[in-house]
Amino acid sequence: MSDIKPKTSWFLRFFISRYASFEFIVGTFLTVTLVLLVLFASILFPDGATKVNLAARLTEPFQSSEFFLGTDPLGRDILARIVHGGKISLLVGLLSALGAVVVGTVVGLYAGYYRGWLDTFVMRFADIQLALPFILLAITIIAIVGPGTDRIIILMIVSQWVQYARLVRGAVLSLREREFVQAARSYGLSNTKIIFSHILPNAMGPLIILLTLNVANNILLESSLTFLGLGADPQTPSWGGMLSEGRNYVQTAWWVTVFPGIAIMLTVLGLNLLGDWLRDELDPLGHTR
Amino acid sequence: MPIFRFVFQRLLQAILVTVAVTLFVSFAIRLTGDPAIMLAGDSSGVTEDDLARIREALGLNQPFLVQYWDFMKTLVTLDFGESFFRGSVRDLIAIALPSTLLLALASMAVSIMISLPLGIHSALHKGGISDQIIRVLSLVGLSFPNFWLGIMLVLLFSITFPILPASGFATGQSLILPATTIGIILTATNVRLVRTQMLETLSAQYVMVARAKGLSEASVIYKHALRNAAISIITFLGLQFGNLIGGLVIIELVFNWPGMGTLSIEAISQRDYPLLQATVSILAIMIVAVNLAVDLVYGLIDPRIRVA
Repeated sequence: MSDIKPKTSWFLRFFISRYASFEFIVGTFLTVTLVLLVLFASILFPDGATKVNLAARLTEPFQSSEFFLGTDPLGRDILARIVHGGKISLLVGLLSALGAVVVGTVVGLYAGYYRGWLDTFVMRFADIQLALPFILLAITIIAIVGPGTDRIIILMIVSQWVQYARLVRGAVLSLREREFVQAARSYGLSNTKIIFSHILPNAMGPLIILLTLNVANNILLESSLTFLGLGADPQTPSWGGMLSEGRNYVQTAWWVTVFPGIAIMLTVLGLNLLGDWLRDELDPLGHTR
Repeated sequence: MPIFRFVFQRLLQAILVTVAVTLFVSFAIRLTGDPAIMLAGDSSGVTEDDLARIREALGLNQPFLVQYWDFMKTLVTLDFGESFFRGSVRDLIAIALPSTLLLALASMAVSIMISLPLGIHSALHKGGISDQIIRVLSLVGLSFPNFWLGIMLVLLFSITFPILPASGFATGQSLILPATTIGIILTATNVRLVRTQMLETLSAQYVMVARAKGLSEASVIYKHALRNAAISIITFLGLQFGNLIGGLVIIELVFNWPGMGTLSIEAISQRDYPLLQATVSILAIMIVAVNLAVDLVYGLIDPRIRVA
């Protein structure tokens, strides 16, 4: 018992001390599990998601290993449909949030830096967007252009970029008067260079937090819109679509509705936990609250 | 900024937003399809002439801005005109608007009844086990679709234990499930809001003074801290109204609630321009009005706000 060294490496110890929060561990676990399941969906369930098996329709869950979570009214495996359906949720959540963050950040940076008409436009657009319930807007627009996952993504970007623009604009307004920006200006750097290399990095923290929460929210929103029949067509497995089918059978077959909802909940919870943890780490003053 | 200019500016802004929203809605609904075809039905004997006559009778052959102007006139006089299919729009709204407002108020009440005690408790026991549990539960509450919670409550309280009505609006009991659904969803955000605001006021100097005076803990918490936190809590609740109205649309559909959301969705599927224009405009005006009221009241109380 001469020398007792900690068995963990310094890296692991640093990692544990910094990241050993309930939010980070559970959030990462849920999110990584979901991403892995979705990535390997076609290996895990090569033919399960759309295979109709009328002989096995509405099989109860936990009875057989073949249909662990039971089957839907067409005898399709619910577990397989959930795993495959995660693709649409993740795709919509990520693409819509990324699109909105890119558009919103660029507009917000320029609006906050130059002010002028662009600034007025952002603020008035935000007012209008606040006054128009998104679901009604979505139903109207989808009535014009027809349902589809791609349309839903575009709709989300159009109505959500402005929240990023407002956030970034606010940050820029306070940053542009700071000494390091004035120093950069006196060095003769171009405005574009100042905006993207000096101002943007300082506004990143709140942006990343909002982005995480936005992905979570848009997964919820996608399920609502698909539930209303505005998103993916009923053939494609999606969580919102499964809920809308299952609703008609809720009296006799609860599992058709319960399990997709739990899948949504675990996914969104994972992202919300990560967002919460990021907020504690990156935004101790609570600007994004 | 002088107070008159502040009020005038905000009023003007609110009116501009209303005009923009109504203009957008009137324009968009006219792109969704031809109501003449819907009105003519799918009988095969309908000619292009018949359709043109129907369009003329409905005033749809007029330029868009003329149609919009006519609509604005009916909006200002609170007459709302005639629906294409269902008679007076005013009569339809006279039923739908109170149902929606009732549901909105009931949901807010449910949410306040849950989130106020939980949020205060959380703030008083910051970092404790109960605070952590409330924090995680509120995150869980933010993590499922509101309509799914509605279906789950129906499954539990109308199917497994048939004690509450699952849909429609027949008796006061019908209100319980939809209001609880939205109430729980709102609670998830509001608990955190109450907690943050309470923490802020509890660390303020006047609370320290109240404690130093030897006031009872209850008096410190409820008379001094909560009252001051209430100002910002009410502001946030006001700003939440827009989200609430949006969330109501899908819940009304799930519970078959005869409100503005259900009415709007029916109007869209029937291409009922006058009805949809009216419902969406009224919802938008309500949201703008509540935001304006919050803004004005807050600006009058706190002069710092007026600058922004």
